[in-house]
Amino acid sequence: MAEKKIILEVQNLTKYFDTPKGKLHAVDGVNFQIEEGKTLGIVGESGCGKSTTGRTLLKLLEPTDGKIIFDGEDITHYSRAKMRKMRTQMQMIFQDPFSSLDPRQSIMQLISEPIKEHKLLKSKAEIEKRTLELMDIVGLARRFVNSYPHELDGGRRQRIGIARALAVNPKLIVCDEPVSALDVSIQAQILNLLKQLQRDMGLTYIFITHDLSVVKYFSDDIAVMYLGQMVEKAPSAEIFANPTHPYTQALLSAIPIPVVGKEKPPRKLLRGEITSPVNLPDQCRFLKRCDSCQQCCQEKSNPQLVEISPNHFVACHIAK
Amino acid sequence: MSEMSKAVSTENLNEYKGRSLAQETWRRLLKNKGAVVGMIFMVLLLILALSGDFLYDYDTEIIGMNMSEARLAPSAEHFFGTDQLGRDVFSRIVYGTRYSLIIGVGSVAVGLIVGLITGSLAGFYGGMWDQLVMRANDILYSIPNIMLAVVIVQVLGTSVLSLVIALSISSATSFAKITRAAVMTIRGQEYVESAYAMGLPTWKIILRHIIPNCLSPIIVQVTLAIGSNIIAASSLSFLGVGVPIPTPEWGTMLSDGRQFIRSEPWMCVFPGIAIMLTVLALNLMGDGLRDALDPKLKR
Repeated sequence: MAEKKIILEVQNLTKYFDTPKGKLHAVDGVNFQIEEGKTLGIVGESGCGKSTTGRTLLKLLEPTDGKIIFDGEDITHYSRAKMRKMRTQMQMIFQDPFSSLDPRQSIMQLISEPIKEHKLLKSKAEIEKRTLELMDIVGLARRFVNSYPHELDGGRRQRIGIARALAVNPKLIVCDEPVSALDVSIQAQILNLLKQLQRDMGLTYIFITHDLSVVKYFSDDIAVMYLGQMVEKAPSAEIFANPTHPYTQALLSAIPIPVVGKEKPPRKLLRGEITSPVNLPDQCRFLKRCDSCQQCCQEKSNPQLVEISPNHFVACHIAK
Repeated sequence: MSEMSKAVSTENLNEYKGRSLAQETWRRLLKNKGAVVGMIFMVLLLILALSGDFLYDYDTEIIGMNMSEARLAPSAEHFFGTDQLGRDVFSRIVYGTRYSLIIGVGSVAVGLIVGLITGSLAGFYGGMWDQLVMRANDILYSIPNIMLAVVIVQVLGTSVLSLVIALSISSATSFAKITRAAVMTIRGQEYVESAYAMGLPTWKIILRHIIPNCLSPIIVQVTLAIGSNIIAASSLSFLGVGVPIPTPEWGTMLSDGRQFIRSEPWMCVFPGIAIMLTVLALNLMGDGLRDALDPKLKR
């Protein structure tokens, strides 16, 4: 078998925001790489920096530090104009299909916009044909071509968002909580669609979510983020079978088990609130909420990811 | 039978063609009765403004005095009566259409362009540029409009053009303020970020996504400003810095007729009605355009 191709590599990606109180550590030294055609799930609670990570990857936000290597090219310091050409390679699906579509544009205009912008097709007839094809691909009835976003439901709008992302034939798509604004029944439809598109087109996904049950179904690898850092990273099956970081354990035990009457394992509840991400001390970030917290953690500095078994990385002093 | 169903299905496919924004807007504009009435009236005014020279001789009929026919009431011969110098009010109103339209529409158009550009850049980029534009704006705003206009007209000399420039400056400040506020709310929307992710350059994002979504308050302001600028031009004429005196501008006629309003009201009433109808037509048109541009109000 041929060598697996790494499509995206991120080294020490860091994004700080300046706030009146000090530096806000949104993303702090994140490392990972993705093979072509695979899915990396990034999981974490609100405010842990997972969306910021996604946006920084696409350079919608400028990284403070670190390196982003896409398909062998270091795009970290690409200018806006240079980045525009890269947009045909890397796309994004947004969380909220209600606010991520311009309310004044029809479906035709919305989907054909990226095609026109990158001059992928010349004639008007070709562009219209391609737009209708894209609508077929994402499962939107052609009769909606002159409709406006507000006339459609959330699932259909999210299909428009997907069609827009697909319009330029990208290699990598960052999905920023693509189903969290949708009803459960529609979530499944959209996830199946994304899965099928990946099979058909060999897409690579970065799948950002707070919903572990979604990511289990979807990802090859899972990275758990807490306060801007990756605390655990492993193949999907491994992380569900053998969660090692206390935070991952708590997250997994919070997944509802949809069985009536079955004996359920005790929930692991987290105390307290997420620590403020402003001006963090050099200490384990999970310290204040950790139930396995030991005296020795107090004195040690911030733990880094360590490989505890093949491909399973954990950032914890006590995890073995 | 099967052939027939085939024909139907291809017909359906042809129906799913995209419509452009202009087509769509025009289609919706025509459905709005008020807008159609307003447009028809404005087209008539435009024709009048362009044909004034063919209908009347400027020197004799428009500004030529005829004291024997002074202050006649409206009749079959003089539809709107005559003024204190014996000039036919009707012909003067018809001829004056061009001045009022140039002043009202011209000053707003110039003000709109300037205000839209400076305001949207200030709202979009913020920071230094915002400070610069908005403080300059505040300075202009703090000077009374009339005084500012008087100074400008004095410097540039009395003419229709300098009047347009003077009035456009005060319109530009309010357009800049409205645009800036609207742009600031739209700028943070996710579809703007989405446009960046699509790879659109900033100027296209501003033109295609941000400004169209800011249009409603701006269109309302446009229709209001055209009317108020026609009125403002008349107060300037009254101060002697507007259109030079014999020119049949509606505002000037209104202020000229003011002294005779008790005995010969037609000198005031008809220019007033002309201004009012123009403003009304512009408002109907503006409201229709605003609704036609907003797909959420589609019927």
